[in-house]
Amino acid sequence: MKIKMPRWFYQLASPKWFYDITGMLLPWFGLAAILLLLVGSIWGLVFAPADYQQGNSFRIIYIHVPSSILAQSCYMMMAIAGAVGLIWKMKIAHVVAGACAPIGASIAVMSLATGAVWGKPTWGAWWVWDARLTAMLVLLFLYIGVIALNSAFENKASSDKATAILSLVGLVNIPIIKYSVEWWNTLHQPATFTVTEKPAMPPEMWIPLLVMVLGFYCFFAVVLMIRARIEVLEREKRSDWVKKVIENYGR
Amino acid sequence: MTLEVKNLFCERDERILFSNFSLHINTAEVVQVIGQNGSGKTTLLRILCGLSDAYTGDIFWQGKYLDGESDERYHAVLYVEHLSGVKGTLTAEENLHWMMQLDKSLNKCSIMDALQQVGLYGFEDVPCHSLSAGQQRRVGLARLYLSSAPLWILDEPFTALDKKGVGEKEALIANHVHEGGSVILTTHHDLMVPGKTVRPINLDEVAVI
Amino acid sequence: MNFLLSAIKRELLLVFRRRNDIINPLAFFLMVAVLFPLGVSPDPTFLSEVAPGVIWVAALLACLLSVDGIFRSDYEDGSLEQMLVSSESLLALVLAKVLTHWLVSGFCLAIISPLVAMMFFLPEQGYFALIVSLLIGTPTLSLMGAIGAALTVALRKGGVLISLLVLPLYIPVLIFGAGTVQAGAMGLAIQGYLALLAAILVLSLMLAPFAISAALKISVRS
Repeated sequence: MKIKMPRWFYQLASPKWFYDITGMLLPWFGLAAILLLLVGSIWGLVFAPADYQQGNSFRIIYIHVPSSILAQSCYMMMAIAGAVGLIWKMKIAHVVAGACAPIGASIAVMSLATGAVWGKPTWGAWWVWDARLTAMLVLLFLYIGVIALNSAFENKASSDKATAILSLVGLVNIPIIKYSVEWWNTLHQPATFTVTEKPAMPPEMWIPLLVMVLGFYCFFAVVLMIRARIEVLEREKRSDWVKKVIENYGR
Repeated sequence: MTLEVKNLFCERDERILFSNFSLHINTAEVVQVIGQNGSGKTTLLRILCGLSDAYTGDIFWQGKYLDGESDERYHAVLYVEHLSGVKGTLTAEENLHWMMQLDKSLNKCSIMDALQQVGLYGFEDVPCHSLSAGQQRRVGLARLYLSSAPLWILDEPFTALDKKGVGEKEALIANHVHEGGSVILTTHHDLMVPGKTVRPINLDEVAVI
Repeated sequence: MNFLLSAIKRELLLVFRRRNDIINPLAFFLMVAVLFPLGVSPDPTFLSEVAPGVIWVAALLACLLSVDGIFRSDYEDGSLEQMLVSSESLLALVLAKVLTHWLVSGFCLAIISPLVAMMFFLPEQGYFALIVSLLIGTPTLSLMGAIGAALTVALRKGGVLISLLVLPLYIPVLIFGAGTVQAGAMGLAIQGYLALLAAILVLSLMLAPFAISAALKISVRS
């Protein structure tokens, strides 16, 4: 089971090292997130051309698509961090996995909400049993399960390991769920109006979308680091370095 | 048979139970773990038999470091705790039969002999839930008569037993030690093992506040 | 292998001693199914249209209901700890438990499913698809459910939590299972659907036992 990893990998396992390095990275990611989100949203909302079919309502993709992508990557990250924590008994990985769950769930809610808002002018209804929306809803359910399990344990160590197993089981199931939902959708609703056909999208439309996706990732990194840093402080509260951090903070 | 624990650290609910705790169990030795309720007696025994991960430290079995993946302890340890895995819907005989399937070192005598020894002869066909608490306890303890495992880890083996039963178990422990086995147990009872001094370990003294 | 057989024997003996536990999921299955005509409409065309989905949902809930107890009594009376300190394979034990659970839930549900199908006016050509899809699909439900049961066995509020963990994982089986019955009822070929169900079963049979035993170790060793 044990695979030898490079030195930085084990250094990352040290809570203090993690706290210091994320402290250094945090402002840069924050800056990048603000810039990218600002540029992307102004570009997307103001300068990108309106869609010939949907008019201006299509512009919600600049939030909907990045949040959908991020909600999925976040689950993957959570499961992989959990696996790392299980295999190498690395507590920091569990901290990161635990921090992923609520962020991922909120982003999945955002994806569903923007999907609904988009659905109203496009399909004339707030909710349509579209394959992607349904799959996102199931992803949200998976997140809810992970969060519920995580908060059910009193003991941190077992809650870490149990949620890691659950998220890995979920990760294996996600492709199956997606495939089954798509299959179900074609069975019941042939010829659904697909909106984001990639080749049809001109560069003026997809470049700001790309900027938004990058901005979302940076934003995610920022929130993740903040959450993980707080959790590290909480878990290590009795160690000397945390006491020092808190003393310095008071000054 | 040797079991050694080094630098054991364990905390439960923000409370440190052991810190830098070491313990060595040798061949033919009786170790009695004493301490107040909540001092970590059961936790220590569970760590020793591999039923707890909530610790840091090193455990050596027969001088070999246990990394928690391949565990040779399981072939050589008999663990009996107060619940002891007796199924109410099964009879005493069926329960012991299953325990022998799980633990191949339960091979010293036949199930009937063991049941006779614990005074349950004639009750072997009765579902355990219709036995009294003391009798159910005896079904679990019948494993001691069956076991040829070198190390016994016993958590409160005397609860719900009458005086005679306790005396019999003490004699059994003495016999086990005489044959070269070792025992580590928790009990609030003043343990008397004929012909053997009991080494006490007081967890109230090792606890760090 | 010998150990697997004696483990299955023990599980079957335990089930035999508590025969009521076999009836409960079946009764639950029937009751859930009966709620639909009462709650929506007894119209035969409507019922025959929703029959595949309703029967599958009811079967799925019946499996979920009973899977919560799969490790609970062994956890409560200390048997599970003895299994973990045993030198015998935990995987064999897990397989024995899941197999027994399936025999008393999924297998029995598949046997009585024609009864519900009849009450729902499912076209007769769909009966075969219904039974076979339940036979192939429900073992996956038992395996996935056992993961949830193993993760929550040490928790007091296990019952509600397990549904949150397991229901999303049941979705593919529901979709393909109900799809099989729909296709069968319309007289279409069902081999493709069954192959998908079988593929999911094989995958979960390969992976779930490891997840279950890891989860059991976490629950007991915490």
